[in-house]
Amino acid sequence: MANSVRTAWRSVCAAWRALAESGHHRTLACLAASLVASACAQLDVRGTGDLGVVVERERGSLRVVDTSARAALGTIVGLGDLSHASVVYARDGRYAFVFGRDGGLTKVDLLRRAVVARTLQAGNSIGGAITQDGRHVAAQNYEPGGVKVFRADTLEAVADIPAVYGERGERSKVVGLADAPGNRLVFSLYDAGEIWIADLADPARPAITRFRDVGRQPYDALVTPDGRYYVAGLFGEDGLALLDLWHPERGVRRILDGYGQGSEKLPVYKMPHLRGWAIAGDVAYLPAIGRHEVLVVDMRDWRMLAKIPVAGQPVFVIARPDGRQVWVNFAFPDNGRVQVIDAESRQVARTLEPGRAVLHLEFTPRGEAVWISARDDDRVLVYDTSTLAKVASLDAAKPSGIFFTSRAARIGF
Amino acid sequence: MIAPRASCPAVVVTPMRRFVVAAIALAAASPLVAAGADDAAPPAPPRQHELLRLLHQDCGSCHGLRLTGGLGPALTPGALKDKPEASLVAAIVSGRRGTPMPPWQPFISEEEARWLVTRLKEGNTDGQ
Repeated sequence: MANSVRTAWRSVCAAWRALAESGHHRTLACLAASLVASACAQLDVRGTGDLGVVVERERGSLRVVDTSARAALGTIVGLGDLSHASVVYARDGRYAFVFGRDGGLTKVDLLRRAVVARTLQAGNSIGGAITQDGRHVAAQNYEPGGVKVFRADTLEAVADIPAVYGERGERSKVVGLADAPGNRLVFSLYDAGEIWIADLADPARPAITRFRDVGRQPYDALVTPDGRYYVAGLFGEDGLALLDLWHPERGVRRILDGYGQGSEKLPVYKMPHLRGWAIAGDVAYLPAIGRHEVLVVDMRDWRMLAKIPVAGQPVFVIARPDGRQVWVNFAFPDNGRVQVIDAESRQVARTLEPGRAVLHLEFTPRGEAVWISARDDDRVLVYDTSTLAKVASLDAAKPSGIFFTSRAARIGF
Repeated sequence: MIAPRASCPAVVVTPMRRFVVAAIALAAASPLVAAGADDAAPPAPPRQHELLRLLHQDCGSCHGLRLTGGLGPALTPGALKDKPEASLVAAIVSGRRGTPMPPWQPFISEEEARWLVTRLKEGNTDGQ
């Protein structure tokens, strides 16, 4: 076998040399072109609407998955430190931007399963966003604290927004970066207790609007699905900071102030995430920090409707796309469980034990299934959301975040 | 003070285990341990493995999987060089008020915290 391949290769090489020596350069160019074309033809012609990626945090790789086949298609490697990695999608759903902890920003092609561009843009990074028009991606950084803006096509640097505050010009860690309508970026300064809006009408010169004293230690934030409200969770206070992006001139106001009613917070072994919002109709479901509760809030007046007792401190609280169920995972040491809340009765309907160290969950675009990563089992589990039965299981090395291409079309993702 | 909830599965170091561990430490007193505090004895190897996994995976959710920092500060040897051992041990066991650092005392004993601090200062946390 090996011999026959070698013989065939030798004759190809001999033919090539003969053509080159006899001056048939045009023939050679055609040959090369047809080789490239046949390589291209091997790429499946297919859409990307049912694709996604699973972050393998230790290996620094992505598993590219197909949610229709419930199978992995391949792996993209070489993405650096992916502990706390997050992903946003180009609007074509083919390219993804991966933000790594080590400041690496990588653009990958889901169809070719390859890295397209990569830049080390900071020392320590926590995530990113893509603008409404899809032309720019932005990274939120801890070190040096700030936001950097890049062209989505080439990853060429476009703007740097240092998160400078205070009289001595210190730099704050940036959290809760989200895109908002009007090609705006909104983010929070953890150390400064501020919220900033960056308007990218002129991408190279972002216009900044600052909101000071919004509350102590904002740790994450979300934009509502309609892009109107920006809500930041506060670690240092009982309450959340709300900014109406239709009326930024009205400033930031506190909502759910004192939701713990003075009771002592439990130690927090993992910070909750707000970005995977859970909004069903006029009602928002939010993780209570330092408490074993999910907060139910009426979005029309931002009043608390209920507190749902759950199995641990919530990390992600995510509504099924139709809003009928809300799924919750938990911080260490309760991270082996996932609870399903019935949105109508506002009670836990089922407690599942998908595996050890459940880090994330992601619904398929219309929500008939949910994918759950179990880090310490090196597995991703797929559940049918109507029967709540496990329907598939895939290998993945220390999986964390799961990101489906349906995010490409959603504000705030 | 912040109180861990009652249902936390506290890590129990039994007197017997303590004795065995101490005996092993006496028999093969490594310079590492001798240089540390008075009664420091390394945890048993399976527990060492658990502690290092906890360090990278769970402490890592704020301090970074590679301990280079995140919402919490970096825990690299360089970053810890000038920090007194006692204060680092106290931060692990009791947490740091006013910051998100929680008390790990339900899951990590003081001896174990001291062992972790030694390993962190040496930059020797990959083993096991």
